[in-house]
Amino acid sequence: MRNVQAEREEMSGAAQYSDERAREIIAAHMGLEGPAMPILHALQKEFGYVPDAAVKEMAEALNISRAEMHGVVTFYHDFHRAPHGRHTLKICRAESCQSMGAERQARAFLDKLKLDWGGTTPDGALSVEAVYCLGLCAHSPSALYDGEPIGRVDAEILDEIAAEARG
Amino acid sequence: MVKLYIPLDMAAVAMGADRLAAAVAQEAAARGETIEIVRNGSRGMLWLEPLIEVETPAGRVGYGPAKVKDVASLFDAGFLAGGAHLLNIGIVDEHPWMKKQNRVTFVRCGVIDPLSVVEYEAHDGFKGLKRAFEIGPVAVVEEVTKSGLRGRGGAGFPTGIKWKTVADCPPGQKYVVVNADEGDSGTFADRMIMEGDPLSLIEGMLICGYAVGASKGYIYLRSEYPIVAKVFQAAIEKALEAGWLGKNIKGSGFDFDVELRIGAGAYVCGEETSLLESLEGKRGIVRAKPPLPAHVGLFGKPTVINNVLSMATIPMIMEKGAKHYADLGVGRSRGTMPLQIAGNVKYGGLFETDFGIPLGVVVNEIGGGTRSGRPVRAVQVGGPLGAYVPVSLFDLPIDYEAFAAKDSLIGHGGLVVFDDTVDMAWMARFGMEFCAIESCGKCTPCRLGSTRGVETIDKIRNGMDVDANIELLKDLCHTMKFGSLCALGGFAPYPVESALRHFPEDFRRPALEAAE
Repeated sequence: MRNVQAEREEMSGAAQYSDERAREIIAAHMGLEGPAMPILHALQKEFGYVPDAAVKEMAEALNISRAEMHGVVTFYHDFHRAPHGRHTLKICRAESCQSMGAERQARAFLDKLKLDWGGTTPDGALSVEAVYCLGLCAHSPSALYDGEPIGRVDAEILDEIAAEARG
Repeated sequence: MVKLYIPLDMAAVAMGADRLAAAVAQEAAARGETIEIVRNGSRGMLWLEPLIEVETPAGRVGYGPAKVKDVASLFDAGFLAGGAHLLNIGIVDEHPWMKKQNRVTFVRCGVIDPLSVVEYEAHDGFKGLKRAFEIGPVAVVEEVTKSGLRGRGGAGFPTGIKWKTVADCPPGQKYVVVNADEGDSGTFADRMIMEGDPLSLIEGMLICGYAVGASKGYIYLRSEYPIVAKVFQAAIEKALEAGWLGKNIKGSGFDFDVELRIGAGAYVCGEETSLLESLEGKRGIVRAKPPLPAHVGLFGKPTVINNVLSMATIPMIMEKGAKHYADLGVGRSRGTMPLQIAGNVKYGGLFETDFGIPLGVVVNEIGGGTRSGRPVRAVQVGGPLGAYVPVSLFDLPIDYEAFAAKDSLIGHGGLVVFDDTVDMAWMARFGMEFCAIESCGKCTPCRLGSTRGVETIDKIRNGMDVDANIELLKDLCHTMKFGSLCALGGFAPYPVESALRHFPEDFRRPALEAAE
């Protein structure tokens, strides 16, 4: 039913962390004004999360304290401090999706997987996160699976995603 | 060769547009038909997505919502010549939904190939910038001021005044920043314009940079919009190749560069000072004002920060003149508003119209009522910080001042429709919960008030001391409204107070149930 050929941000391809690679990534962005956010996105893309060791490297490169750098990483919902599931499903729970029954539907799905918001299945296959609006509000309820947008999400689509991720 | 249009718009893709485009290409090849598929923006009739448009001598004929399973029958019906089919909606420009609109900001969206500079120019693109170069920076700022354009991000602050403040700062490094952190539920206009007509935003930034003396522009885009990121980055590259960005643009002596930056899931970064902090690489903590960003903005430099829609409307204002725009609308709300009709609604989409149209007309006539078929009970206007408006106020015109007079706001123009199954006490609780999740933590009313708000509404919903707790909740809302640093804490009470005011029965359910 859904788009299997879609270009997806596969988490399974995440590289093993090394200080050297982190330093390369940081150095590649140092010409930018205010490079912290682009660096964090690049680190997470490479390693699947933002390891503490990389935060230390960033603090040194940007000449700020580790505490300050830690503060930045932890402020934003998108950055993970530990390895995440190989696939990420973001389910919208903002008002528009709630008007179409998204809250109850998501709760039932989470209960089935025995997860809470932000949790990862024990096999490390799927992380389920809450998101507050994907701008697909004329097709509520909506979701984003590894970067692929999905409108008119129903229980069947959610089950299909879980099966595909864990299969 | 037949030219087809299938949107690359994220909503269309969410309904299968990519698969559809692939299937159409495959079927055409199998049947030996030569076609060209243009991936355009959406026309805004989102309930018809994915909408295929076929170019015919009579105009562009639409077919939607089209699924992969419909492709063979579309070919069988001769859709390449505009043939009859169940999904045929006729000439798209003649569709009542399109005819009723006054498309100003969205005039090109869905019409052109978003990544073709040639098509953009053929549809009046860069005419505004050319005129700006002719009349000079001072006259540009005057023109924007005279147009009456107000910030479309939500606050409705006059755009010309922002520009004048930055233009009046001494020469030196200045910035143009576009706020594309469109986080409000029920809104998608910024997304649509950036996917469907990205060059209009780039042109708006160029005009702004030229007018205020800035040579660098940033777009801060939310991470929830991955397709926008791809399309917009490609548009920047196209503009560079065509000489509309970079050094000495078209021999004007004006230099300007544009850089796209991606946020990281923090709603509060849609607040302008928080956004600037985030661009600088810090926690997205709100700054106290003054100083205004116009004086001390990005990296401490004078900065114009405008919403996507405000900036994308500038080229048209410059092209056609301030008066043309100012003549539209009502009272102090001049021009048009791209309304986004969403939630539990039959015909959801983007509808651009002059200010002044009554809310009820938008919801019932244009939106066609609820998707569920049940009666409409409430409409949240203006995102998660906007009020819930009951049906009894449906004659309210879309106008900043008229909404403000009813303790409501238009915000970014998003309308979320709810049917009669909605529990307004739950929605009020969600409003507070959302504020608690997204609060930057700098000021106490927002940081603590939102959590206390959730707890208090829980008590009310559980029937504990309902009267006293409702009084407490009202008092808390008052404190948040007047004691918060920014609109997050300051406006979070709007949905709560409006729910209490218009739907008091929802806060007394346990008491009623107990009495029965």
